[in-house]
Amino acid sequence: MCGTCGCERPHRLIALQQSLLSRNNAQAEHNRAHFQHHGLLALNLLSAPGSGKTALLEQLARLWPQGPVGVIVGDLATDNDARRLQAAGAQALQIRTGDLCHLEAPQVAAAFEQLDITDMTLLVIENVGNLVCPTAFDLGEQLRLAVLSVTEGEDKPLKYPALFQSADAVVINKSDLADAVGFQRQEALANLRSIAPRARVFELSARTGSGLEPLVSWLCQHLPVAEPHGPHP
Amino acid sequence: MHELALMAELRHLAEEAASREGASRIHRLQLRIGSLSGVDADALRSAFAVVMADREPGDGSGSIDTQGSTLELEVVRTVCFCADCQQEFAPSDVIHACPRCGALSTQVLRGRELELVALEVS
Ligand SMILES: Nc1nc2c(ncn2[C@@H]2O[C@H](COP(=O)(O)OP(=O)(O)OP(=O)(O)O)[C@@H](O)[C@H]2O)c(=O)[nH]1
Ligand SMILES: [Mg+2]
Ligand SMILES: [Zn+2]
Ligand SMILES: [Zn+2]
Repeated sequence: MCGTCGCERPHRLIALQQSLLSRNNAQAEHNRAHFQHHGLLALNLLSAPGSGKTALLEQLARLWPQGPVGVIVGDLATDNDARRLQAAGAQALQIRTGDLCHLEAPQVAAAFEQLDITDMTLLVIENVGNLVCPTAFDLGEQLRLAVLSVTEGEDKPLKYPALFQSADAVVINKSDLADAVGFQRQEALANLRSIAPRARVFELSARTGSGLEPLVSWLCQHLPVAEPHGPHP
Repeated sequence: MHELALMAELRHLAEEAASREGASRIHRLQLRIGSLSGVDADALRSAFAVVMADREPGDGSGSIDTQGSTLELEVVRTVCFCADCQQEFAPSDVIHACPRCGALSTQVLRGRELELVALEVS
């Protein structure tokens, strides 16, 4: 009999070393192969609620030079974002996440099936507005773009380092409000560089559209070379 | 917070492993979480109680009994690699600056773990 629980059977140890994210990560790899196969650049867009992810995508949908922009957007309850994006010309699909605080790779795969990707070159996944939870979940993106707005405080990157560390680029949005809110630009840039030394930084206003061109060219540089004759993953 | 969802995934993986090994009861689970993994240890423990420890046998998925099981959390400190010094270091705060040369590291070697390490079953 076992001493700890009083049961009749001998206890034994099973060694596993298995990631809790392993199913998500396997699906994410599959998504990545899929996006690549279709010649799509896939972007995971992350920020706090209201930093301007949808506003930025409305601008991108209008400015993007190569075909329609696809957007898979996660939101807790409404489909407002998808409607805004469709009005701006994007192929947008809403995932209602209910009480889930981040998107996971299987949800993205299911939404992707429903998207018309004819002539599409850019697919953006707008994650749930949250600076903690989405960080650990790979969705199969090629690039991660984090958005920080000037109204949020210069020390956001220090408070949520993991998200900014995982970003390939950071957008500092709402630059039209910088003066009004007394945004300390140098301090914010220094904080960002200390947390994410390799990330590209784009300062822009999704409201006025100023400062968007460098972001558009950077994205164009990352467009995958399509493999139209490769096997379907 | 998604600690509940993570613990549901933990249950799934643990039940799968226990069934594979022909066990019918899980007594103890060892979990490794990195300091950069974005989860809160206390929230994980509460979620573990809901999903595993307080769950009556036969309630929910599978035939594995997890009632009364315990969770052992091993928290892993962040370890980075400095490309200039070719050495590992443990950063003293959220800025991953090398204590020898001051360079900012972009390579996290440890600290992102969210791993089921082992199970005690019968
Ligand atoms: N002044 C100004 N307002 C902006 C800018 N970008 C976004 N906004 C406003 O900020 C608010 C939130 O913008 P959204 O685009 O909905 O932000 P979001 O990140 O998509 O929000 P969630 O999806 O809810 O997380 C809206 O009222 C926008 O009009 C900007 O560059 N300047
Ligand atoms: Mg939005
Ligand atoms: Zn969460
Ligand atoms: Zn060094």
